[in-house]
Amino acid sequence: MTSLRTTRVLGWIWTRGVLLIAAIFTIIPFLWLIASSFKSNEEFFRSTFLPMDGKRIAWERLTTEPFRRLFTELDFSNSLVNSIFLSSVTGVVATLSCAMGGYALAKFRFKGRGFCTALVLAAVLIPAPLIIAPTYQLLYRLDLLDSFAGLILPALAPAFGVFLFRQAIVSGVPNDLLEAARIDGAGEWRTFATVVLPLVRPMIGTFLMVTFLGMWNNFIAPQVVLQDPSKFPLSVAVAELRRGYYNDYGLQMAGTIISILPVMVLFLVMQKDFVSGLTSGAVKA
Amino acid sequence: MSAAHSSAGSGFRSRLAPWLFLSPFLVCFALFTLYPLVQSVVLSMQTTFGPGATKFVGLSNFRGLMGDPLFWTALRNTCIYTLGSLFIQLPLALGLALVLETPGLRGRSWIRLLLFSPSMVGVVFAAMMFALIFEKQTGLANQTLNAMLKPVGVDWSLDFGWLQQHVMSALIVASLWMFVGFNMTFFSAALQNVRKDLIEASVVDGAGPIRRFFTVTVPAIRPVAGFVVLMSVIGSFQLFELPFIMFNNTAGPDNRAMTIVLYLFQNGFETGDLGYASAIGWALALILLVCAGVQRLTSRGEEASA
Repeated sequence: MTSLRTTRVLGWIWTRGVLLIAAIFTIIPFLWLIASSFKSNEEFFRSTFLPMDGKRIAWERLTTEPFRRLFTELDFSNSLVNSIFLSSVTGVVATLSCAMGGYALAKFRFKGRGFCTALVLAAVLIPAPLIIAPTYQLLYRLDLLDSFAGLILPALAPAFGVFLFRQAIVSGVPNDLLEAARIDGAGEWRTFATVVLPLVRPMIGTFLMVTFLGMWNNFIAPQVVLQDPSKFPLSVAVAELRRGYYNDYGLQMAGTIISILPVMVLFLVMQKDFVSGLTSGAVKA
Repeated sequence: MSAAHSSAGSGFRSRLAPWLFLSPFLVCFALFTLYPLVQSVVLSMQTTFGPGATKFVGLSNFRGLMGDPLFWTALRNTCIYTLGSLFIQLPLALGLALVLETPGLRGRSWIRLLLFSPSMVGVVFAAMMFALIFEKQTGLANQTLNAMLKPVGVDWSLDFGWLQQHVMSALIVASLWMFVGFNMTFFSAALQNVRKDLIEASVVDGAGPIRRFFTVTVPAIRPVAGFVVLMSVIGSFQLFELPFIMFNNTAGPDNRAMTIVLYLFQNGFETGDLGYASAIGWALALILLVCAGVQRLTSRGEEASA
């Protein structure tokens, strides 16, 4: 049968073609973003991607001016530092508190365990926008508006994190090991730090990334809580570019690149654990 | 033995240990999730002027909401966006996953990585890009469509008003770029778990690829599909940053980009009525609760029939 061969060839072309188109559509906005960030406004209107002079790419018409202005005229280095600080602190503390909570629910039998587990499961259903207004009011009463604490504290207890760590510890930490550590005379905390945590390392990596990204990409909370521009993280600072420099396209795109780049680098470094960790919960459930 | 410490060890320290481990989470959770949750019920029955001054108004916020045309606009737009996610985004994601899991494909992990990468870009930053991508004349969207459609004889206008008339389409297209690869990753993980022996058996039985898809693949990926659908609905209903940034802190021309959370934000933090905002929040929570309930019921029905 010749048709079998034809089908196979057509199938080969079809799969590669589909993936190629998907890849092109994914990558073009990135390339466009990079090209735009090196353009003056005038150039932005003259060319879609790279500036052309006949058939030659006119590299000399590109400029690093937008980036220079971000760090001189504007205080973008400050926003970068703010973003790194907020995301790192939130990521580390939230991951630790969720790992500890998950360990308690996974490996201890105590009165109230069922209640706490049910609480965690139910809390996953609470949509974040529902508690924005009351949280704002609470921060106002605690005098935490316009402070980093007002941003970090509410982000330290994501219920789904406790749930994820509970699952990871139930399936990944054998009771024998805990018993052995106990017999060796290790205290509760040492058992947790030296036996439990190393065994759930992939989950720690995944969750660090999730919480770090969550804070880095968060816009609504800093927009609502912060007033003082010197405290703005990148998300708010970039959005402000659209208000203050509405017709400065190169500047807006340069700010966007600065905001995306650190996360992309982190993602490339962590990608293997991160993607598999992210999907594992859904596939097993 | 589910609990390592139930038999071994005794006394005070061990009984206290789980609570010590839980305490950082519980304290933060009680203060910044449970308390606000309760307070949102109280607030939804108040009118506030900023966070300090409150006035009890009973259920009139909810009555007002029912008769508020802007809320219905917001609800309608949010539903359109959600339907776009469900019926355009997810089929595309599943289709791509099926293509990606074709046996013998080289460079699979690199393609997966590339297609997944836009979901790392925060919605704020993607919104910054797409605000300019959808501009008339200079924007990438119109330029690309114009160039692509010229060979087939269609003259795509560079003045196509993505941000003026076709606002919801613009939002849906932007969300395709951001999340198709993300959802594809979940489908593709599920497809890797489809049992090889079942596929081989169906090949031996002479089932064609379409039959095989519906009798072997679909049942196997159903649980993950249910999860992805629910996540998409929850995520879509909370759409806020994309229109808010793209339309420069407004709801777009004639409120064409108004969404539920955007309306919540405007009421709570521009008008300063945290009470009305909380009522909107509860309307949203109710919708999502119903969706989650429906999802549970349908997935339970499948288990029973399986």
